[in-house]
Amino acid sequence: MSFGQIVSLALGAILIENFIFSQFLGICPFMGVSKKVDTALGMGVAVIFVMTVASIFCYIVNEFLLVPLNLEFMQTVAYILVIASLVQFVEMFLQKMIPSLYQALGIYLPLITTNCAVLGVALLNTQNGYNFIGSVIYGFTGGVGFLLAIVLFASVRERMDFTGECPKAFEGFPIALIAAGLIALAFMGFSGLKI
Amino acid sequence: MNIKKQFNEALTSNNPVLVQLLGMCSTLAITTTLFNGIGMGISVTIILICSNVVISLLRKVIPSKIRIAAYIVVIAGFVTIVDLLMQAFLPSLSESLGVFIPLIVVNCIILARAESFASKNSVAASAVDGLAQGVGYTIVLVVMCIIREFFGNGTFGGGILGFEGAGIRILPQEYTTLFIILPFGGFLVLGVLIAAMQHISNKSAEKRKEAGK
Repeated sequence: MSFGQIVSLALGAILIENFIFSQFLGICPFMGVSKKVDTALGMGVAVIFVMTVASIFCYIVNEFLLVPLNLEFMQTVAYILVIASLVQFVEMFLQKMIPSLYQALGIYLPLITTNCAVLGVALLNTQNGYNFIGSVIYGFTGGVGFLLAIVLFASVRERMDFTGECPKAFEGFPIALIAAGLIALAFMGFSGLKI
Repeated sequence: MNIKKQFNEALTSNNPVLVQLLGMCSTLAITTTLFNGIGMGISVTIILICSNVVISLLRKVIPSKIRIAAYIVVIAGFVTIVDLLMQAFLPSLSESLGVFIPLIVVNCIILARAESFASKNSVAASAVDGLAQGVGYTIVLVVMCIIREFFGNGTFGGGILGFEGAGIRILPQEYTTLFIILPFGGFLVLGVLIAAMQHISNKSAEKRKEAGK
């Protein structure tokens, strides 16, 4: 892959086709873990790591196990198993080696298994036919896009205190969804970006 | 077992999308035409019923430490079956839903129902629960599709009705708002729907309070 292709792939994954705001992957953790900037940051970093490593392993599993054995139809099952065991492994590794980070991430770590951005990136890598480098770049920058989105949204949400100002029915989740929609609208501005 | 109560809960007070706030990704992403919504809703309902039944059957066999992994394997199996069947018999639907069909594996509704209901209840009750929750999910999807398609495209029933599945035109093209089809519209419409649900439940809580006085 040439340098230009890599840059356009990276910019596409971070801004133009942001996983949250344009592809709707990973909305559950995005809405769930975005009440504070600190936790959002921790979640984002963990997702970057898992997405990158998941892209690497899923590429290897697909290329050297499923394709030679003509088992491509088992992709979904194989990928989710890779991701689940990967998250489990990361959890055990952090617990032993970097307990402080493990404590900071807390319950968010196992939740990454059911983050559709992770399975989504593995499936999209295969669907779009990216090679090894492309898969790694797409996984990493997709994670960066997720981090950007969740940190932006958490900092908006921290300042949002609509008590008494917002209609009672909209309090809590609905107004947060609409705020996310407005950020998505802002992100649409990037769709004009041509590289 | 109380079938009527289970359905009532799934459709109103414990709706998977509007109240439990699960399965947001697919709800936002694919609700652009009616065909998409119905297809996704039916696929999720089928997978939900099957996985609930199997997990309920295995609930005494699966060790609790690895239960989540076991559930995911069961769910992934059914998702693969539905995915392959759809590719074979409904290729156009499979194309327009794209990556969101395999992503049903990580749809929180299915895992949440396995964990909170199927692993504790009998097979029949779990099957009914799967059907009820699936129908609750499908109804929200269809409502969102109808709203987004009407305002964004001015049509009804895109993908199935009308000439070559273009849908029946209700609103002239000049009066449509493209934004509602775009990601922003997904967030907006879902936000408004959840707000409507909260409004209704607030109202009924007030009524109950007054009646209690």
